Amino acid sequence: MAIALVLVLVVVGSVLFHFLSPWWWTPIASNWDYIDNTIIITFWITGVVFAAVVLFMAYCVFRFRHREGNQAAYEPENKRLEWWLTIVTAIGVTAMLVPGLFVWNQFVSVPSDATVVEVVGQQWQWSFRLPGKDGKLGTSDTRNVSAENPLGVIAGDPNGQDDVVVEAADLHLPVGKPVKMLLRSIDVLHDFYVPEFRAKMDMIPGSVTYFWFTPTKTGTFQVLCAELCGQGHPLMNGVVMVDTQEDYLAWLGEQQTFAQLSAPQQVGSAE
Amino acid sequence: MVDVTPADAVPPAEVAEMELYHPHSWWTKYVFSQDAKVIAIQYSATATAIGMVALVLSWMMRLQLGFPGTFDFITPEAYYQFITMHGMIMVIYLLTALFLGGFGNYLIPLMVGARDMVFPYVNMLSYWIYLLAVLVLVSSFFAPGGPTGAGWTLYPPQAIMTGTPGGQDWGIMLMLVSLILFIIGFTMGGLNYVVTVLQGRTRGMTLMRMPLTVWGIFTATVMALLAFPALFVACVMMLFDRALGTSFFMPAIVEMGEQLQHGGGSPILFQHLFWFFGHPEVYIVALPAFGIVSDLISTHARKNIFGYRMMVWAIVGIGALSFIVWAHHMYVSGMHPYFGFFFATTTLIIAIPTAIKVYNWVLTLWRGDIHLTIPMLFALAFIVTFVNGGLTGLFLGNVVVDVPLSDTMFVVAHFHMVMGVAPILVIFGAIYHWYPKVTGRMLNEAMGQFHFWVTFLGAYLIFFPMHYIGLMGVPRRYNELTDMTVMTESAHNLNSFISIMAFLVGFAQVVFLFNLIWSIRHGREAGGNPWRATTLEWQTAETPPAHGNFGKELPIVYRWAYDYSVPGAKEDFIPQNMPGSSREPA
Repeated sequence: MAIALVLVLVVVGSVLFHFLSPWWWTPIASNWDYIDNTIIITFWITGVVFAAVVLFMAYCVFRFRHREGNQAAYEPENKRLEWWLTIVTAIGVTAMLVPGLFVWNQFVSVPSDATVVEVVGQQWQWSFRLPGKDGKLGTSDTRNVSAENPLGVIAGDPNGQDDVVVEAADLHLPVGKPVKMLLRSIDVLHDFYVPEFRAKMDMIPGSVTYFWFTPTKTGTFQVLCAELCGQGHPLMNGVVMVDTQEDYLAWLGEQQTFAQLSAPQQVGSAE
Repeated sequence: MVDVTPADAVPPAEVAEMELYHPHSWWTKYVFSQDAKVIAIQYSATATAIGMVALVLSWMMRLQLGFPGTFDFITPEAYYQFITMHGMIMVIYLLTALFLGGFGNYLIPLMVGARDMVFPYVNMLSYWIYLLAVLVLVSSFFAPGGPTGAGWTLYPPQAIMTGTPGGQDWGIMLMLVSLILFIIGFTMGGLNYVVTVLQGRTRGMTLMRMPLTVWGIFTATVMALLAFPALFVACVMMLFDRALGTSFFMPAIVEMGEQLQHGGGSPILFQHLFWFFGHPEVYIVALPAFGIVSDLISTHARKNIFGYRMMVWAIVGIGALSFIVWAHHMYVSGMHPYFGFFFATTTLIIAIPTAIKVYNWVLTLWRGDIHLTIPMLFALAFIVTFVNGGLTGLFLGNVVVDVPLSDTMFVVAHFHMVMGVAPILVIFGAIYHWYPKVTGRMLNEAMGQFHFWVTFLGAYLIFFPMHYIGLMGVPRRYNELTDMTVMTESAHNLNSFISIMAFLVGFAQVVFLFNLIWSIRHGREAGGNPWRATTLEWQTAETPPAHGNFGKELPIVYRWAYDYSVPGAKEDFIPQNMPGSSREPA
């Protein structure tokens, strides 16, 4: 009998915990509130199913518990009921899947006006590269990585000369502008994750991956690595500052380009 | 709706009975035994022993997460070694070995009415190779550099690089060798289970009369035979990358400023191979649990399992579908984003047969005669935790919802609930259920009640709140949460609470182990069929069953496994080998 009561308490406790506990997602700072909405839909559908199944069980345990002289019913199958349950389940699943795929389609379709920012992960820090006036990033190769050229930019590519290189420092982004994050790693898997942006994607050495978002709030946000990358994994923090356009341009003006950074080294290598 | 099967529809014996190997010495009877029941106990004891190691490792990581900075001996390296070994042991060396090697060996021959597995010698080898795999795994704790800390997924490139504990030491090599051995040993056992089910059934035991326990273990074994080769190949390739300098999974890499001698390999190829094994693996653990829990519920509710044929097809359907959902573990891996549409759809479709199973379990309770025995309590707790964990799978399987939640504590909470807690609750229920057959005595009821309540409620209190820490955005596999802006003070307190619950639940397992040993001598005498169950293992001449399982004559099966509370019958159960008409669905 205790078990019937406990089953009810599990449902009531879980629902109360969900609504009353202080632990919930961090306020969103990107356009991906669509994702949050899909999560809410999923919470409602799954929550109702969980409560219904467990409460039904609690009722059965209470109502049909063994007492002297009881006999169970003999009912091997009930085709009608089984089909009904299958159809209702299929409808519930579709109600979650369809909005999910709809939003996924948005997530993987980068708007044409998105500006490009490259993120490069390495054990255990973040670096960034932004295109210069030409709006294009120069090509890169892990084989070119050296102390002087930490991102492995190919020096012969004219598109790369005016790229802004931000090595192991904070990234700034202008608010309200869609941005496509091109993700690259020079050693192991990493994952560029800012909880407030709701988006994340692994970075794979040898490939370039991406996601896009539009920052919607100015402020300072913590970058976390979300793919195990060795024992320094928890220390791999970074900072993204979402600025007003003015502040952003001021910051951008202080950064150095690839050509500027590699100029002294070119003198050195001429020896 | 249900047809009446003629009672005498029993085919004649097609082949002569197999000749059993008769052991002559204590060594061949109890150590190098070819009796599936002895092998089952060997598998179970070994799996439990290594499982205790994994339990202690989980305490270590909870000490670190719940009370950061208090325990100096849990360095970052040690923390990653603990989580890696905990995960790998629990999934492979405990759950897979216990369900298939333990329950499979004990129950398949008994439940289908066979004298033993069809290849007893290979079956024996299977266990000894498994033991060797476990010993190699354990040896990595004592090897230079300690065990691997690559995470149980062993993702390259980091798994074989210096920044990961054991990456350039012995750890990763011993891990890979141990897995390769495990797969070899499992294949020997697995072929046995499959062939025994297909060829070794007694007269009258049609496939559609088999208990769902056998269906679950059988389907899981077929899946494992198809899935493990992918892991085998991945292990061999990674071993080559590490030991011979090949580049199957290794692209051009600059490690700490130094160019490595690798190039052209694909890290994501490993992930596909790993999850092509890894997702079916979830169901390799779940399907035996589904099968066993169906039989526990039916027996202890004194009612036939509801929708038997639907249950069989759901098991087979889930098994088949589970091979085309693997990349839902890789939504944010950087694979082509269009894969997301396909894998999200297949993943959510698999929820339908899974939901049918849940409905049929609870509908079996409806109008039953529910005996709240310890096995029944564990079965009920399984449904709660499985439904909870299964439903959070609908978050993670729905590709775009997975994006914020992937690689967070939400995932950790989800998979522990659905493939950790839920199957282990079934294992406990099954042990309380079949222990009387194995030993002839009942497990102690008071200790069982304590074990049940602490384990069920404690585990729920560990993993239910953990989802919300993940929802806040806290990533998994962090030994340090102190510098994280999304971690609030109250969330740190919640983490301490979760850790205390983990110690409590662990303590209850010690009580359970004590009960297992204590009851061998002091338990109440059980008799041959204490639960008044229908299946063949309860109808043996002796308890525990002797070598050869059944006396002189093999049982002949006249009905399905679920003739409980048949209207007009003298008792509320009719054993499968009782002649007479059945109203089984056909």
